[in-house]
Amino acid sequence: MSNAALSQTESSTGADTGLGTSLLRAVAGRLVIAVPYLWLLLFFLIPFVIVFKISLSQTAIAMPPYVPVFDLSEGMSGLFASLRELSFENYLWLTEDALYFNAYVSSLMIAGASTFLTLLVGYPIAYGMARAPATLRPVLLMLVILPFWTSFLIRVYAWIGILKPEGLLNQFLLAIGVIDQPLIIMNTHTAIFIGIVYSYLPFMVLPLYSALEKMDYSLIEAAQDLGCPPTSAFWKITFPLSLPGVVAGCLLVFIPAVGEFVIPDLLGGSQTLMIGKTLWNEFFANRDWPVSSAVAVILLLLLVVPIVLFQNAQARAQEQGR
Amino acid sequence: MQSLGSIRRDFAPWNDPAAKPYIVFDQVTKKFGDFTAVNNLSLSIYEREFFALLGASGCGKSTLLRMLAGFEEPTSGRILLDGQDLRGIPPYRRPVNMMFQSYALFPHMTVEANIAFGLKQEGMEASKIAERVAEMLKLVKLEQFAKRKPHQLSGGQRQRVALARSVAKRPKVLLLDEPLGALDKKLREETQFELMDLQQKLGLTFVVVTHDQEEAMTMADRIAILDKGEVMQVATPAEVYEAPGSRFVANFVGNVNMFEGTVTARDAAGASIDSDSGISIRTENAGDAQSGAKVAYAVRPEKIKVSSRPPMDTASNAAEGEIYDIAYFGDMTVYYVKLGNGLVVKAASLNSARLTDDPLTWNDRAWISFKPDSGVVLTR
Repeated sequence: MSNAALSQTESSTGADTGLGTSLLRAVAGRLVIAVPYLWLLLFFLIPFVIVFKISLSQTAIAMPPYVPVFDLSEGMSGLFASLRELSFENYLWLTEDALYFNAYVSSLMIAGASTFLTLLVGYPIAYGMARAPATLRPVLLMLVILPFWTSFLIRVYAWIGILKPEGLLNQFLLAIGVIDQPLIIMNTHTAIFIGIVYSYLPFMVLPLYSALEKMDYSLIEAAQDLGCPPTSAFWKITFPLSLPGVVAGCLLVFIPAVGEFVIPDLLGGSQTLMIGKTLWNEFFANRDWPVSSAVAVILLLLLVVPIVLFQNAQARAQEQGR
Repeated sequence: MQSLGSIRRDFAPWNDPAAKPYIVFDQVTKKFGDFTAVNNLSLSIYEREFFALLGASGCGKSTLLRMLAGFEEPTSGRILLDGQDLRGIPPYRRPVNMMFQSYALFPHMTVEANIAFGLKQEGMEASKIAERVAEMLKLVKLEQFAKRKPHQLSGGQRQRVALARSVAKRPKVLLLDEPLGALDKKLREETQFELMDLQQKLGLTFVVVTHDQEEAMTMADRIAILDKGEVMQVATPAEVYEAPGSRFVANFVGNVNMFEGTVTARDAAGASIDSDSGISIRTENAGDAQSGAKVAYAVRPEKIKVSSRPPMDTASNAAEGEIYDIAYFGDMTVYYVKLGNGLVVKAASLNSARLTDDPLTWNDRAWISFKPDSGVVLTR
């Protein structure tokens, strides 16, 4: 019997058993993918739908303080009746009061500026970590993550103690004679920047570190070898190659910073307009759940749409690169 | 007159006392903490030479190359290039370019942009850059891949891009760190000749680091064999193989049979050696061995003849033994012959005919024989 015939019979029996296993594998594959989808459905999509529903209903003096939209006890006719009562009035309201527009714009600007500052601070840290001796890196990584062991709230409170006019920073600067008047940092944008940069620094450093760490150092040597001084090599090689880390870090800082509430509330004082604070006020001070839900929905769209567009563009670029 | 062969007959500046070396390592030492990578090493390389640094990993060969490129500074000693001391000159101002072992191609740039990188640093005109890049692409036969990114190329193509990028600036010296290490055997053999061709065509000085002796033997004009940061021997491939300077070099390059023994007589025609394994050896290549000296007699396997009969030629050195093992390679067969006192001698015989009239097999009695000029005496 020839070898070819032998291998053919072998492969056909292999296919028989292969059918069962490949089916099983396909099902298992779907199941594995289903888990994160289910997670997103439960903890992202459903809450979002609930918030969206509330944003379409009216306020009412009740508990919870809005007109229930779907009351299944009244049957199908009741459902349709309540569907007719849904309106985008709350969204219209957001356009009528300049407060909301200003809060969105101011939030985006503060978040944008502090993301940039975080990048400026975080990049050298991540770079230093990635170039540190391999034995030292786990320790440095630990130091970056360490602040997470303390409550976020407590860490922001601590900054009040540092930044206030009679706080540690001013005492120190007065003592060494750099200034003769205490600096007013508390309740200014500067305080918010400091708070955001400090709080979100690890989110910037970690993706940057992972992008820089896996970079082959011989690329820099090659650039230098070809006549490129170190600074120029950084901008031509290191920085472009760390861009995925830069983008990931900026998104991780920018997105939560836009909706940030605790930092502007504690450090920014009453004049600071940020959408997170507005949201909080609508919910808890005005008890206007429908309007605040509308604020939340708009905020979400404001953030999700550009990110989705960006990711699509990136995926396409990657597709082209292959 | 008989001589050791050389590939480039008219090129031997190292034998010309008037020739000025192009690259000089002058008593160079490099220490990393307690570890001495390069130990008081001196070496001269001539212009247009294809020079190989050969050694096992950790012998300091890459450190030498990196010092020449400027990535490391010697702890002591000087490195001169064309008469200029290189100390303190950063890598980006040295007229040398390096081809990296990992190729170090910039992954975010196209093949074209990679090759143009060094030229842009020079501030060359855009039209001239385009011209040079096209020329380089043609040289390495990658014209149709100009717009590809490195990850879209095969290993061999990447190697050629790295080569094109490193010669694009027309450096005085091209440093190649294991240039063929990542290629498979067949591609490596082809590329060896391409590299030699390129070196001839461009008229550059090549310094190549390799751990592959075949690679070094094939390509280089001269080879420096390094061990523990020191030069063991600098010589042409043929000299290194046929006239190794020490036991280490003889063992490191190719296969060798080593007979340890004592010189019993020394005369103008050569020396007689009583080997510890019992056979007495007559050699014409005694070097500086004196009578009574403890020496090693080194002879390559292919210079030993195996036969079922004792040699007719009485001038040959001969010993009787038993076939202990046979390795058949197709083109040749290596016999392992165990002599009376247990020493196993390797003898390679070329299978120049398909059939043999003297078939030998395991446990056969056999004679080994070699001529007086087959081996060399090593005192070190």
